[in-house]
Amino acid sequence: MSGINDFAFKMGTVNGTGSASANSLLMQAIFRMGIPVTGKNIFPSNIQGLPTWYEIRVSKDGYTARPSDVDLVVALNQSTYARDVKAVRAGGYLLYDSSWPMDAELLRDDITVLGVPFGRMCIETFEKDRDRTLLRNIAYAGALAALLNIDMTVVEGMLNEKFGKKQRLLDANHTAIRLGYDYAKANLPCPLPFHLEKMDKTSDSILMDGNTASALGAVFAGATVGAWYPITPATALMEAFKSFCEKYRVDPETKLHRYAILQAEDELAAAGIVIGAGWAGARSFTNTSGPGISLMQEFIGLAYYTDIPAVFFDVQRCGPATGMPTRTQQADLFSLAYASHGDTKHIVIFPADPRECFEMAVQAFDLAERFQTPVFVASDLDIGMNDWMVKRFEWDDSYRPDRGKVLDAEALQKIERFSRYLDVDGDGIAARTLPGVGGKGAYFVRGSGHDKHAAYTEDSDAYLELVDRLKRKIDGAANAVPAPVVTRHAGADIGLITIGSCDAAVREAADILTAQGTPVNVMRIRGFPFSDDVREFITQHGRVFVIEQNRDAQLRALLAIELGFARDSMHSILDYGGMPLTPKVVVDAVASHLVGASA
Amino acid sequence: MTSIAKPPVRHKSSRTNGLGLTIRDYEGAMSTLCAGCGHDSVTAALIQAAWEMDLEPHRVGKMSGIGCSSKTTAYFMKQSHGFNSVHGRMPSVTSGAAAANRALTYIGISGDGDSLSIGLGQLSHAIRRNVNMLYVLENNGVYGLTKGQFSASADIGSLSKKGEPNEQSPIDPILLALTLGATFAARSFSGDKKQLVPILKAAIAHHGFAIVDVISPCVSFNDHEGSTKSYAHTRDQSVETVIADYLPGDFVPLTREITVSDTEEEIRVVQLHDGGSVRLRATAPDYDPTNRESAYTHVRQCQQRGEIATGLLYVDEEQGREMHDMLRTVPEPLIEVPYEQLCPGRAALDALMERYR
Ligand SMILES: Cc1ncc(C[n+]2csc(CCOP(=O)(O)OP(=O)(O)O)c2C)c(N)n1
Ligand code: SF4
Repeated sequence: MSGINDFAFKMGTVNGTGSASANSLLMQAIFRMGIPVTGKNIFPSNIQGLPTWYEIRVSKDGYTARPSDVDLVVALNQSTYARDVKAVRAGGYLLYDSSWPMDAELLRDDITVLGVPFGRMCIETFEKDRDRTLLRNIAYAGALAALLNIDMTVVEGMLNEKFGKKQRLLDANHTAIRLGYDYAKANLPCPLPFHLEKMDKTSDSILMDGNTASALGAVFAGATVGAWYPITPATALMEAFKSFCEKYRVDPETKLHRYAILQAEDELAAAGIVIGAGWAGARSFTNTSGPGISLMQEFIGLAYYTDIPAVFFDVQRCGPATGMPTRTQQADLFSLAYASHGDTKHIVIFPADPRECFEMAVQAFDLAERFQTPVFVASDLDIGMNDWMVKRFEWDDSYRPDRGKVLDAEALQKIERFSRYLDVDGDGIAARTLPGVGGKGAYFVRGSGHDKHAAYTEDSDAYLELVDRLKRKIDGAANAVPAPVVTRHAGADIGLITIGSCDAAVREAADILTAQGTPVNVMRIRGFPFSDDVREFITQHGRVFVIEQNRDAQLRALLAIELGFARDSMHSILDYGGMPLTPKVVVDAVASHLVGASA
Repeated sequence: MTSIAKPPVRHKSSRTNGLGLTIRDYEGAMSTLCAGCGHDSVTAALIQAAWEMDLEPHRVGKMSGIGCSSKTTAYFMKQSHGFNSVHGRMPSVTSGAAAANRALTYIGISGDGDSLSIGLGQLSHAIRRNVNMLYVLENNGVYGLTKGQFSASADIGSLSKKGEPNEQSPIDPILLALTLGATFAARSFSGDKKQLVPILKAAIAHHGFAIVDVISPCVSFNDHEGSTKSYAHTRDQSVETVIADYLPGDFVPLTREITVSDTEEEIRVVQLHDGGSVRLRATAPDYDPTNRESAYTHVRQCQQRGEIATGLLYVDEEQGREMHDMLRTVPEPLIEVPYEQLCPGRAALDALMERYR
């Protein structure tokens, strides 16, 4: 359904030509008009010259999932015309650069084709080659502003903000935006039947990507040591951490830093650095993606087995191997839940959007220190690299980091003997000391067999005691990890279970299904090990669908393994081609299953 | 410490150091290494050095990877905080610990397998990062703990216990360190405590990454004829290129007297960051332990002659290049920075939110 403030459009361009800034200009202008908006960047794994798309969805009702249908495609990349023409819904529009003719066989009868000679106009207007290429993008933004009724005062205000005193650039951009705008106004049916009208639905929101949000969370959590090795789509997280630290963590007088960021030689070293720093008492973290997690496995096992806190942000992408590094997936669930050799199990938390990235980053550091163990924050490329419209972040100044059980020199005085791995409270969590503390506080961290006093041993009983304690500890974290979020519709006997970035699409699908007479409830899992509510939700529903973005139904398998359900008792809806999930995939899959089941 | 347990009694006559501790206070657990293993002599030298330097045991982080050599950390300074990490990865763990708490003294122990094969990357990058630590490489030319395979430091032609010759060229940790810009590089022999102790002390005092390559024979797998890392071969072939002694800021008696042979000029005094200094005397008249290029050439020439150059071969005390200098971190340990100075707080967050509109 498309209409006022409810439609989607998409730009097909070439990466490295400056389209990204035109696209974000459009998205932000819509946001500033008070209209809920979502943008998804679908980009290739190279720097320059390959096709790239940007999808913008406008939704007066505030839905933020990737659109199931596209009303308007802007086709500016000749090499993808065929694909782009196909992508338009029946009755929709295609806008292309009419400087060059489009093959007649690419055209469809059921869509309206609009042409604007962007290229030619830019060649005529601008002298420099570079301007001609870059400003073509601003020109199509201008045409879209006319077609979609985007407020030009907002757009021009944003150009002023962006270019400020750079007069030449400012003028050129204003010229370019007017080129497209005026041409469209004069020659095209402006505005289109679906277009924008000002609302007031975004004033309590922001636009931010998940990597920036996670980084901000790490700053607020008090993380001081970050170590990393560049990898898409996780890189921007440490870059954002660095820029926030430069803003907030530099001593104003001495200009010295209250943080340390180490670009490691590889992910093995990054893991080692965060573990060393965690042992020494700092809140430390690394940001990586699937291939990095693979390399960190040995160290993750070490931290698990020796009770050392550390936070790992895994921004998932398509695997295995290098896979499709610029496409999204949720396929690291197994490798995070049981990372490393031997019997291991880890705390994993799953944000669904940038706001949760911020909040869960803080929770991750608390959990890591409280449970003295590696904690994974599993987001993905869609969350990490796309701008999301989310509620403004809030902060409670009374927050203090949960440092867990740490014995300082004074506390050590009061006890007769310090035993590093002695489970005094029965929760599997033993008190630790930090290196540098005197008295009885020193002990030896070793990845080899050790007893509760941290002494080397290969004794079976001591080993059993240790690994059973670790299991008790991690299992005990199930109700400390963020609780699942449940959305209910009256009379539902169908339960949809999902995770992370699938949330927006699944909740929208649930609304659609419910409106169609098939009420469904939704539970979004936010932590592993699974809390008691997860089991309850599954048993409460006659039919359960598990929706996730990987081939092997990893979430469903984990639910089955951990909670003792038969795998077949839950139906999988899997979408793992690398694109953010759309509601249609979920609606269709549920509907066809129900038809099949009743046939 | 050797594998023979000694009774834990303190003799009234035991000498104490500046902290009132005896040398026994610097010992560790009982060694489980083979009797006669060179690594145990390194342990003894470390104990001596730490005691003489008045290191507060609990302010020391003893770091290691995996291997017989890496077990050394358990055998000295039992009141220190120890960390046996994973094979070849001690440098990164130490880098992280040093980033978090720069106020501790970090002593890393590794083997030639641990350092030069699986851990070569980490060693190289710790050198580049110039982490403030002592890195002791207990070099025996073989993998001891996995029973005698050649390591990457084995010389061409060196024979294994079964008599098979090694055919690949060795990686020399000193040449490697010099190439990568190390600010302190020394070589010694576990059988020469007199030489090793002052080198270890100078290395600990050095502000930055100090590598000490110690030829430390493996009696079980590499102490036979035809080995170039045996006790006999090392004794015969080692040439002391630079005689070094560490002088603490507050003068205590020297470990050994550096006697002046010809002229006073031959003794160089290098001022160290901790207020102490090292006195160096080169045995070759033209050897300059502060010139990276000539040091490199000399070590290589010795190697080509089948000799092992020992002593404090290179030192660069120029300040401002230690990891924290490059990171421009505050002088206090990051773990001591109060949370209030780390969290920007609510008002800052509210203001920041405006930037994302
Ligand atoms: C990932 C990994 N691979 C292999 C091993 C097995 N391993 C243990 S010690 C060692 C070699 C140690 O040699 P070196 O560092 O020279 O020490 P040495 O025992 O000779 O003192 C190896 C290969 C291991 N612990 N971890
Ligand atoms: S095997 Fe070799 S290196 Fe290992 S303890 Fe025995 S002598 Fe030392």
